[in-house]
Amino acid sequence: MKETSIDSRLRGNENESYQANERGYYGDFGGAFIPEMLYPNVEELRSQYIQIMQEPSFQEEFKQLLKDYVGRPTPLYYAARFSKKYGTKIYLKREDLCHTGAHKVNNTIGQILMAKRLGKNRIIAETGAGQHGVATATVCALMGLECIVYMGAIDIERQAPNVARMKMLSATVRPAMSGSRTLKDATNEAIRDWINNPVDTHYIIGSVVGPHPYPDMVARFQSVISEETKKQLLEKEGRENPDYVVACVGGGSNAAGLYYHYLDEPEVGIIAVEAAGKGIDSGESAATSALGREGIIHGSKTLLMQTEDGQITEPYSISAGLDYPGVGPMHAHLFRSGRGEFISVNDADAMTAGLELSKLEGIIPAIETSHALAIFETRKFKKDDVVVINLSGRGDKDLNTFIEYFNL
Amino acid sequence: MNRIQKALGQNKKLLSLYFTAGYPAINDTMSILTQLQDSGVDMVEIGLPFSDPLADGPTIQASSTAALHNGMTTALLFEQLKDVRETIHIPLILMGYFNPMLQYGVEKFCAKCQEIGIDGIIMPDLPLAEYEADYKAIFEKHGLINVFLITPQTSDERIQQIDAASDGFIYMVSSASTTGAQSGFSNSTSDYFERIASMHLKSEQIVGFGISNEETFKAATKHQKGAIIGSAFIKHITENGTNSVAEFVKTIR
Repeated sequence: MKETSIDSRLRGNENESYQANERGYYGDFGGAFIPEMLYPNVEELRSQYIQIMQEPSFQEEFKQLLKDYVGRPTPLYYAARFSKKYGTKIYLKREDLCHTGAHKVNNTIGQILMAKRLGKNRIIAETGAGQHGVATATVCALMGLECIVYMGAIDIERQAPNVARMKMLSATVRPAMSGSRTLKDATNEAIRDWINNPVDTHYIIGSVVGPHPYPDMVARFQSVISEETKKQLLEKEGRENPDYVVACVGGGSNAAGLYYHYLDEPEVGIIAVEAAGKGIDSGESAATSALGREGIIHGSKTLLMQTEDGQITEPYSISAGLDYPGVGPMHAHLFRSGRGEFISVNDADAMTAGLELSKLEGIIPAIETSHALAIFETRKFKKDDVVVINLSGRGDKDLNTFIEYFNL
Repeated sequence: MNRIQKALGQNKKLLSLYFTAGYPAINDTMSILTQLQDSGVDMVEIGLPFSDPLADGPTIQASSTAALHNGMTTALLFEQLKDVRETIHIPLILMGYFNPMLQYGVEKFCAKCQEIGIDGIIMPDLPLAEYEADYKAIFEKHGLINVFLITPQTSDERIQQIDAASDGFIYMVSSASTTGAQSGFSNSTSDYFERIASMHLKSEQIVGFGISNEETFKAATKHQKGAIIGSAFIKHITENGTNSVAEFVKTIR
């Protein structure tokens, strides 16, 4: 486990906003580096997304579905035994209790409503472990829209239960056979599908990645996480702002949701936890902030893992949801500006932390989330610090990995 | 005058071919270029392979993956091309994706192109706005023509903007698709060709995507200045070997 050396009290420039600007840039990162074939689709979305999201009828429908269908607000739970063990006050934002088992559905509900207002009747998505694919298939079933999910051929083999869930929800799962046949290639295939179907199709990207306006739009849909956290923390602690917000980062959508309303609150420390895989220097890692350089992936300028020649490399993590070679442009900016503190956690420490939370709190977390839980072994907090962790997903989907790893 | 502009000034329809550098074998670049010139091809797009070619269909993807596996890099391609202008006189365009160019350094990349005698660049994922804000001055300083794409979905207003920003030709993507996806042209494609021709743009247009034989070449050049063939040519050399370039060109015109 590695910790950055920045003083956690030095939290960027007070006059700077950490939100996207109008061109979709977070500092040096973001933008829309897309082929002309995608321009009409992306421009249609860019020119309308904020206006559509602000319509009262949209807000009403979005909030109603989050409440009645997703099960929001999710609890903010004070983890007493876990807190005691690490000598600080730890709250868990229970996104694992969302319908479909993770925060992903906040975004797919928002985007399916967006797609309907844009008059689209065909939905495409990419998925790695299958969580976003399931969340997309779910909302397509809910709205009666055609759904095609691209998934790397290798991931289809590894994640059979989620493939079956998508099929039950009447989605078509198409294997991505190109490249390394994992998440990055599934994303390429989804983008190619959009190029080939520019008129009737909406692409529901699953994270705060891709060309502008996706990173900002997905962050806004996920921002319900920090919106609720503020209210809930006020009730429990008498203040809206914790000392720290902590989340795991692959592409970074659960993190963006938890950070969102705290980005421009300098007294709140932002901690991002990346997957170190078998170790940062092992050659099998997904710690983009440590290993990545500025470049372009899936239409966005961001930090990404690549060769010296600019070819995108394949990351590794035991958690399929964190092995993305890039990171959303918001997070690239949080890293470069020093506003965010980036910590990477290896497979073994994450697995141990997942088991520990299960034993101490009766909550089995996703392996992605387990990375965020693992920081307390080395990152020390003060006794009265209030630390909110995004418990982004539940561990049901990871049972096979836990069983094999611990010989359960 | 840039070689591309000279070629566009000729009183003939232009045939342009694309191939992926480093494919099928790492050192095929000069041999393929020489054969293309000897077969009477008017212009060549040399593809710089990329790990994640978003705008390409399976044929060019596979050739890119193979080329990278063979060890092709930006630096190696420049090395292979260093004496290209001793023998090759037709316009040469580098076509690829923006990330490898960005990593090499845009200024250094453009300077190297100028030194070698490259005439133009096609970077599908470097859009007009980003190009004009950050890179136009660098391209122009090194005498490089940047080629923009349009598609059947591109609005007239944007076509006008792209026309104004173009110093060479406009790359007209024949249909909403990735490369190599279409096997012929529909009526709506013909309408699109006519519609663009009737806009009387200042820039000539060259059609790409979906051209694979004499019939589609003729259809594409009825109203436009020329056509580019990529996937069909790659398929041909995959099946018939790298010494069969002339044979392929003869089937087109």
